Amino acid sequence: MDTRPIKILVAKPGLDGHDRGAKVVAHALKEAGMEVIYTGLHKTVDQIIRIAIQEDVDVIGLSIMSGAHIPITEKLVKKAREEGIDDKMIVVGGVIPNRDIPKLKELGAKGVFPGGTPFSEIAGFINENAKKS
Amino acid sequence: MGVAKYTKDEKDRITDVTLQSGIHVKACYGPEDLEHVGFSYEKDLAEPGQYPFTRGIHAEGFRSRAWTTRQYTGFGTPEESNERFKLMISHGQTGLNVAFDLPTQMGYDSDDPMAEGEVGRVGMAIDSLRDFEIAFKDINLEKIGSGLTINAVASIMLAMYQAVAEKFGFDPKKISATPQNDILKEMIGRGSWIFPVEPAVNLIGDTIEYSINAMPRTNPVSICGYHIRESGATPAQEISYAILIANAYIDNVLKRGYDVDDFVGRFSFNLNVFGNIWEQVAKFRAARKLWARNLKEKYGVKKDSNMYLRGLFGGGGYGLTKAQPENNIMRGAYYALSAALAGAQTIALCSYDEAYTIPTPHSAIISLRTLQLLMDEIGLRDTVDPLAGSYFIETITKEMETKIEEEMAKIEKVGGIVQAVGTGYVQRLVSQQAYEYEKGLQSGELKKVGLNIHTEGEPMDVELHEYTGESAEKQMESLKQLRRERNDREVLRTLKELEEATRAGKNVMPYLVECCKAYATVGEMTRVFRDVFGEFQEPGLF
Repeated sequence: MDTRPIKILVAKPGLDGHDRGAKVVAHALKEAGMEVIYTGLHKTVDQIIRIAIQEDVDVIGLSIMSGAHIPITEKLVKKAREEGIDDKMIVVGGVIPNRDIPKLKELGAKGVFPGGTPFSEIAGFINENAKKS
Repeated sequence: MGVAKYTKDEKDRITDVTLQSGIHVKACYGPEDLEHVGFSYEKDLAEPGQYPFTRGIHAEGFRSRAWTTRQYTGFGTPEESNERFKLMISHGQTGLNVAFDLPTQMGYDSDDPMAEGEVGRVGMAIDSLRDFEIAFKDINLEKIGSGLTINAVASIMLAMYQAVAEKFGFDPKKISATPQNDILKEMIGRGSWIFPVEPAVNLIGDTIEYSINAMPRTNPVSICGYHIRESGATPAQEISYAILIANAYIDNVLKRGYDVDDFVGRFSFNLNVFGNIWEQVAKFRAARKLWARNLKEKYGVKKDSNMYLRGLFGGGGYGLTKAQPENNIMRGAYYALSAALAGAQTIALCSYDEAYTIPTPHSAIISLRTLQLLMDEIGLRDTVDPLAGSYFIETITKEMETKIEEEMAKIEKVGGIVQAVGTGYVQRLVSQQAYEYEKGLQSGELKKVGLNIHTEGEPMDVELHEYTGESAEKQMESLKQLRRERNDREVLRTLKELEEATRAGKNVMPYLVECCKAYATVGEMTRVFRDVFGEFQEPGLF
């Protein structure tokens, strides 16, 4: 059995600079035993995909507060497919109205975690669903 | 530290309270507590309007002037924002607090690929002076002051504000803009930075220096403990970092050969209100005292009115919950009450739907009404600093002062705030604190109605502001038209002069005003700075 920890990229796509959520979740996932890489702010979708490939992560987690979660997720999923890394699980967190959750899942986000989701729920979901590559 | 801690015995009686800033609260206070903290009426309190201004900056408080109401507003195109500004003014709002979209805040034009999906989303899109002409149409800029929530490119927006005022026939000496213009706090939280620390701070110095003569009623910088607290800092950290940041801007202007009394009176603050009401009141009172003392003792400020901590005390995005959103209306009212009890000059409230998205007109008006109701219905204007002399409030105000000074000392020890932001030291302190707070919230140690007590199953969405993308298309179309119609030669000439001035280390403000008047775009002006300054490299990540 593969015992290495799950490797997750916590990513801040786009121009939004609110990173409290991203950093807090990064802390929590690290404490839950995962290997966490944080992209820092203002990354383009292309940059995020490149980092995901270079670091060979299992999961890409997007943190979006500006309301642009749908177009950004759509773009990232498309790009991941083009680059042949659509085996990596994509999850999305941030300021996300409930009504947008089905749409995000339809687009290809495996898990959606609006602000305030308990850490245990996020970590549990990732542990259960991430496929180590 | 994490969250405030309440210890209870088996009968559910509270046996100990520790506030977020680490202050212990006792069950009862008396004169001996004042003695214990070394309270002196003359040194620590004095009359309202007198140094050290603990009781507020005006002798009669809100009797002589109620607080300004200034809800954060702006979205979509300049036309849409103008309409909303006028709506808020028609409902009795007394100042503007302008929200810009992320591309504008980050210095990208609406047609830049980096702006995709974000044009007009979280604020209004501004590309050129033409947009300001639409946004501020029919607003008397000599009567209504405008907060401009922009930082990395605040210099550009301030120049544009002067240009639009002149275009409308207002005297720049009589207009009052308050650009946020606090880049160090962007680097600690909120994240709308572009340039490296040193040139970014220097740009702020330029705006302060320029305003002294060109726009003397303008408040060129609004130091934001607000966002630092939103990012996780405790109330004591919020104030300590804000004062240190303000000092960094003072130092920049002093190097240029000015006397501190020439400019520091126009500094303003933007501070946060949520959480424990007593801790908030103590925080603001201690902040006023420490700011005045800092100016008098460290910088030798002479004029009393230059030592005022003036500011917008805003409540308080991080206090809101997505669960049971209508409860946020009540939260807002209590936050405004805290701000008013602490003698705020200006108050703004986050609206109840802001845990989801930017406010609808309905929710924005409810926030405005909350502020108006407090002002006129329940007696908050009756007397100045009504909590003064309370054994409890005066004791914890003194204790808060000590906590703030301790946090300041930590930063000074690692080389000061500029250094501590550059290395990411402050950011790490704040994000660690944010994590502890979140754990406290999730464990139920910090009680939050609707979230971890008195919950009601699945949260319901409320009616939300819609973003359709139509505004973005309109904005790009009007930018295209501007590029066709403007005088390209004039644009190139003014941009070239801006570049030369920037490289030569001159004050860029007069050059920016010329660029704005030639209808150069925000993206074009920012490009000049990006080329000369480069970009901030974010340190130590989390």
